[in-house]
Amino acid sequence: MSREEIYKRLNEVFRDVFDREDITVSDETTAADVEGWDSLIHITLMDAVEEEFDIRFDMKTVVKMKNVGELVSAIEEKI
Amino acid sequence: MQELQYPFDSRYIIKKKKSIKRQLLDEGTGFTNKKIAVLGGSTTHDIIMILELFLLDRGIRPEFYECEYARYWEDVMFDNPELKEFAPDIIYIHTSNRNIRQYPALSMSEEEAEELLAADYNHFEKMWGKIENTYHCPVIQNNFEYPFYRMLGNADATDIHGRVNYINRLNAMFAAYARDHKDFFIQDINYLSAVYGLDKWSDPLYWHMYKYALSMEAIPTLAYNLSNIIKSIYGKNKKALALDLDNTLWGGIVGDDGVEGIEIGPETSMGQVYSEFQGYLKELKDIGVILNVCSKNEEENAIAGLNHPDGVLKPDDFIVIKANWDPKSKNLADMAGELNLLPESFVFVDDNPAEREIVRSQLHVVSPEIGSVEDYIRVIDHSGFFEVTNLSADDAKRNEMYKENAKRAQLEASFDNYGDYLKSLEMKGTIKSFEPIYMERIAQLSNKSNQFNLTTRRYTRAEIEEIAGSDEYIDIYGKLEDKFGDNGVVSVVIGRKNGDILDMDLWIMSCRVLKRDMEYAMMDELVHKAKEAGIKTIRGYYYPTAKNKMVRDFYGLMGFTLVSEDEEGNRTWEFTVPGEYVNRNSYIRVNE
Repeated sequence: MSREEIYKRLNEVFRDVFDREDITVSDETTAADVEGWDSLIHITLMDAVEEEFDIRFDMKTVVKMKNVGELVSAIEEKI
Repeated sequence: MQELQYPFDSRYIIKKKKSIKRQLLDEGTGFTNKKIAVLGGSTTHDIIMILELFLLDRGIRPEFYECEYARYWEDVMFDNPELKEFAPDIIYIHTSNRNIRQYPALSMSEEEAEELLAADYNHFEKMWGKIENTYHCPVIQNNFEYPFYRMLGNADATDIHGRVNYINRLNAMFAAYARDHKDFFIQDINYLSAVYGLDKWSDPLYWHMYKYALSMEAIPTLAYNLSNIIKSIYGKNKKALALDLDNTLWGGIVGDDGVEGIEIGPETSMGQVYSEFQGYLKELKDIGVILNVCSKNEEENAIAGLNHPDGVLKPDDFIVIKANWDPKSKNLADMAGELNLLPESFVFVDDNPAEREIVRSQLHVVSPEIGSVEDYIRVIDHSGFFEVTNLSADDAKRNEMYKENAKRAQLEASFDNYGDYLKSLEMKGTIKSFEPIYMERIAQLSNKSNQFNLTTRRYTRAEIEEIAGSDEYIDIYGKLEDKFGDNGVVSVVIGRKNGDILDMDLWIMSCRVLKRDMEYAMMDELVHKAKEAGIKTIRGYYYPTAKNKMVRDFYGLMGFTLVSEDEEGNRTWEFTVPGEYVNRNSYIRVNE
């Protein structure tokens, strides 16, 4: 799966979790850029990403992630 | 919402919770509002969000109070003013084995280990006592799930130093407290986590990353189960089952295969699994669930099938048997009418997905995706339709009562004059101020009555006891017996004194005694008690809901005068207590 394809599905996950159709994320997007992306909704987000790509992140990976680009790289590694 | 019925897709619910909530609020009407304080020993944020979905789906709109992280004990013991001001209707204490402060060390003697256990238990018991005295509201408390590792291996369960052993004993103490305290309920996460899979339930990642005591994906299971307890406390349990026959209660089609051809009983494995299911249904009947048949069949064949010598259930176990070729939605609606129940009080069980869908869409009746016959029991059980919180003596007798009602209906048909019929019933009433043995039933009735209910006020047992002990109220219960049997407590009236005016807070009656003059007998007693208390005027109120249209003119019938009605249909009635009052009831012998 290319990064582009991953982004396509990832954006859908973001839209579902935040219940907003206007969200589009990119490599540089961080929690500060998306309204409502706090530590609590982050848990839901991680779970939804795991479900979408049928993967499981280990703790080390989750702790390290700094932006969406790193999240996509982590997805790439797992699938 | 079908997505919120067991068996549900947890990850879908987690991901879509925002839009699901929006949809539930848009589509729902007539919610009961409840204030729920969630006191956690770990993070509770998503538990609250997902619990809200399941409660909304059951017609309860919650308002939440959430304690600061892991401050469950301090909030109660040090009287957090915010919690007091919130005045919860229910307190949920979400603790887990992460909140056990210390386990017995290997070096401890048996006595020291006992002391530790007592100290851990007292920590909780103290808090429960404080809640009981301060908040007078139902409490739901988690017991403890097993630890995710066992230092002593299998001996962890037997050795007094073992954690499994420790948790088992602590859980037994929690259970004993629950047995001795009304309005205190254990949410058995020990069982839930076992069903879910302990390794998946207590994934340490969620504890160390987010301080959740269980994994995110297990939260819907926890929240769904919790919503079952809450809706049961508020009288929103299902009351009846409408059961299909062919391939639901037995294998095969009785009309085609004949009685000898259907699979039920010990001869085959298929026969055995249907027998187990019938046995399960019989147990449900024993806790007060009303069994009915809703089947496309010739009635003769249906009865023959139910009389199969190896069947566990017999025709006599059912109250209404509808076996014909009408649509099942029609049969179910008729059945509800005959039993004076609302269709939504039913659970429809059918192996045919098309029939389930029709009944769901036509009647908004719940019909679980029951899977294959070996799944039936698990799906119905885990759905929690009949979650037991207060099992009263009436529950165990309910099927008998409905049987007796069917006999009354036959008798009624044999009289030309309704008065003669009422006379022939030889009714005896007990109509008195609240008495301790009936408190449970009175509270239960206040939560279950929807149709014959003037104000739709709900009361907990603690509130009922408070009213009974207070001089400010006139409180009356009514019990009705006749020659066919005892109906138990069927009517409750509560009036609040306001000088020489009596404001009627509650007037309810069970629909199973409609048209028996019981309402007049209650009115007579109310007037006598009001007179004794020096009341000059009784003021009655009618607040319309989706379900209580039948009592819109009730007070008029009782001789009240309509004083006002607002645009929402809320009505106020008045009754002047006369010097000479002539009893209206003449068929029920009261308090003899």
